[in-house]
Amino acid sequence: MTTQSGTTEAKASNGFDEITILWISEGMSCDGDTVSLTAAGQPSIEDVVLGLIPGLPKVNLVNKVLSPSLGGEDFLAPYRAAARGELEPFILVIEGSIPNQNIIEGDGYWTSFGNDPDTGEPQTLNSWIDQLAPRAWAVVAAGTCATFGGIHAMAGNPTGCMGLADYLGWEFKSRSGLPVVNVPGCPIQPENFMETLVWVLQHAAGTAPPPPLDHMLRPQWLFGKTVHEGCDRAAYYEQADFAKDYNSPKCQVKVGCWGPVVNCNVPKRGWMAGVGGCPNVGGICIGCTMPSFPDAFMPFMDEPPGGTLSTLLVKPYGAVVRRLRGLTNDMVNHEPKWRHNKRRLTSGYDPHWRA
Amino acid sequence: MTTTESRATGRKPAQIVDMSWDPITRIIGNLGIYTKIDFANREVVECHSTSSLFRGYSVFMKGKDPRDAGFITSRICGICGDNHTTCSNYAQQMAYGVKPPKLAEHITNLGEAAEYIFDHTIFQDNLVFVDFCEAMVKATNPGVLARAERTDAPRGDVHGYRTVADIMKAFNPFEGEVYKEALKVSRITREMFCLMEGRHVHPSTMYPGGVGTMPQPNTFTDYLSRLMRVIDFIKKAVAMNDDVFDFFYEALPGYEEVGKRRVLLGCWGAFQNPDVVDYRYATMNEWGRAMYVTPGVIVDGELVTNNLIDINLGLRIMLGSSFYEDWVNEQPFVTHDPLGNPVDMRHPWNQTTVPVPQKRDFDGNYSWVMSPRWYHPQTGEHLALDTGGGPLARLWSTALSGLVDTPYVKATDGGIRITLPKGEKLPETTLEWRIPKWSNTLERDRARPYFIAYAAAMALQFLEEAMGMLKSGDTKVFENFEVPDEAIGCGFHEAVRGVLSHHLVIRDKKIANYHPYPPTPWNASPRDLHGTPGPYEDAVQGQPIFEENGPDDFKGVDIMRTVRSFDPCLPCGVHMYMGKGKTLTTVHSPTYGANHG
Repeated sequence: MTTQSGTTEAKASNGFDEITILWISEGMSCDGDTVSLTAAGQPSIEDVVLGLIPGLPKVNLVNKVLSPSLGGEDFLAPYRAAARGELEPFILVIEGSIPNQNIIEGDGYWTSFGNDPDTGEPQTLNSWIDQLAPRAWAVVAAGTCATFGGIHAMAGNPTGCMGLADYLGWEFKSRSGLPVVNVPGCPIQPENFMETLVWVLQHAAGTAPPPPLDHMLRPQWLFGKTVHEGCDRAAYYEQADFAKDYNSPKCQVKVGCWGPVVNCNVPKRGWMAGVGGCPNVGGICIGCTMPSFPDAFMPFMDEPPGGTLSTLLVKPYGAVVRRLRGLTNDMVNHEPKWRHNKRRLTSGYDPHWRA
Repeated sequence: MTTTESRATGRKPAQIVDMSWDPITRIIGNLGIYTKIDFANREVVECHSTSSLFRGYSVFMKGKDPRDAGFITSRICGICGDNHTTCSNYAQQMAYGVKPPKLAEHITNLGEAAEYIFDHTIFQDNLVFVDFCEAMVKATNPGVLARAERTDAPRGDVHGYRTVADIMKAFNPFEGEVYKEALKVSRITREMFCLMEGRHVHPSTMYPGGVGTMPQPNTFTDYLSRLMRVIDFIKKAVAMNDDVFDFFYEALPGYEEVGKRRVLLGCWGAFQNPDVVDYRYATMNEWGRAMYVTPGVIVDGELVTNNLIDINLGLRIMLGSSFYEDWVNEQPFVTHDPLGNPVDMRHPWNQTTVPVPQKRDFDGNYSWVMSPRWYHPQTGEHLALDTGGGPLARLWSTALSGLVDTPYVKATDGGIRITLPKGEKLPETTLEWRIPKWSNTLERDRARPYFIAYAAAMALQFLEEAMGMLKSGDTKVFENFEVPDEAIGCGFHEAVRGVLSHHLVIRDKKIANYHPYPPTPWNASPRDLHGTPGPYEDAVQGQPIFEENGPDDFKGVDIMRTVRSFDPCLPCGVHMYMGKGKTLTTVHSPTYGANHG
């Protein structure tokens, strides 16, 4: 990512003064991403909608939960207008995994969003995506269900559901040229999502370049490091000092934590306003931001397969380091000898040190 | 089965209009409400409640490691995921025969208390109260607003608003003072939650056998200091709500009929007593009754039972209007409970979920929700119990049993007494909730802020006990266990909006069957195989309409107030929704609906 302070280079491109966000939470979801979003304070969704963040276009948010509309067809009006090509530009946000309608024989649906005006029958989520995604200026997947399929796409699921990029194709590009922007997390870490949305909006305003994404289309600056790299229990790992059960404040790799190989910043950032998190507060990392979640991480409470080897290798090194650190720790737990009440100053004071 | 008595006298020829609200805004999940309204007689004559989402938890959990159940089932709900994790852990602890250390129970209780305070606050003040705010009342009953402007708020000395209309203004979305403060409170109380359970919505530190939360003095001090910052807000909320709901009865005579049902309430109990609970099925009645919210089934105002074993054995999952195959001809997983009592084929332990996607047909199958019912052993009825939106059933059940007696909360004769300590501005305050005359929309809503106070008061007790243990050096929070080859378990808890149970069958150390029953299937269920409507349907069907608008500009506020009073599984809402229905057909039929029910 390149950022130049005060640059007007990006601003030179034609940005939008106003943009609509069409948010559909009718994927297979628990709506936990919407709930998480309301926990964000940096910035809050109110801040964005009320125009308190500089450099953004005016934002018209259309979300079932947050909508000022009259509901029913009144609520659906902007979605219908967008599907007809009469509402531009808009950002499409999808929450929840996308079911496979093709495995249904005959009529029926796994999930719907309003009714089809012609038939009066439920209108499937899939038909909405088919109509809206090609017209969207940007497409954002909120949460692990929408990004990679998540919990509802686990082995044995009856709905054949998948992530949005699986559905649209990983090579999909929205009108802005951006691929699907994936913000994983089960649920999204509140600030991670708002920060990404704000960057996309700044890009829409022409005040920022496109957000840098990795090969799984995740924002690089949020998902570029592992849980372990930000974990305040990581030092225990380095010293081969492992928790044997959940009573311990030590590294939890042997009781199921996947932190060393999971891309996520939560231990560093906390859950909300710096409070909470996962391994940093006694929860094992179950890999909920990852494409292979949940199957690759189950059973969650067992040691990850690679953990045995790596914790074995770190053992002799860790034990030595721990012993040496123990000695040093002991030393630094004693006061220096010059702190006394004798009639002599032994602190090393030298009044003529400048000379 | 509609329980509201028909207003037979002086009826005009019916003028029936089909009205639907789908999607309903400000709710989680895909809920649609389809009604027929008789505008001539101003009442709802028919209601169908439908859900159009299937995900299949009980299907894809099969064959998985049972210890994963809490992590997976959290994801059922994006607002009360922790209630699922907790309930799953209760069920697993029974199956594994493990009793978590007492401190873990306190930490779990503190997490759940924070969840109740957070969730009820954001729901009541940012969603429910929008239906009672100045802008909404002006748009639906302008005469009532004019009267509110002339009516002094009786509890103004507590909440600081002079008239009832001033309170309504404070609830206006975005601009209203209380509305904005409630959003802030919802963030502070979520921080309290994260201190105990790691993350909100899907907790990270909850395990069968206990918790991983590091118990340190600051763990509890950080919680306590936040709780004390919101304690006065809670006292004010109770006073404001009482003023507004009392005013509605007064300003709109007959409003008690709105959303009124026969008293058919279920509560599965919350807040384990760490000194009593051992998670054994055989002793479940004892430790169930020791919970700090007492379980109970209440029929027509009488307590039928507060035994969790009776409650468990009475559970029936019915089909009738749902998109599933029946399982009556499958092999049962559990023929008898651990005490030798027979277990019904329609019990969650024996359920098999086979989805059959199909067209929506209001004369046939129209919902992905099944119909949980409770079999009343004395009358043989399959009762469509509701949860009263959560708090109504919890307070009612606790009051009738009269078992809770703590320093801050006490079940009294016909009510609950709750004492909150001195806050920044308001003195120590004792609140008293009384069992109401009706199970209706206003009483469901009124119970909610009282339960916020209840949860805050219980949190104070849990904090004192946890701090005491910690300071005496007792810091154990997790107990190890083995997953048995074969076992069954059940967990009973209260999600924020009502009853929650998890039923688990283990074979070969794997999940053979798992069925979670959250409150929304109880409340939002469609007609069952006996034709009995679910509680939303029943409460809306037959209710009078007080809104002054006619069919052309009808907003449906009375109907939406009723549906929302049950707390349909909702996340946070920040805007107003006025549920104007789309008129599908207009039918003039003098006989339609006359015989309805």
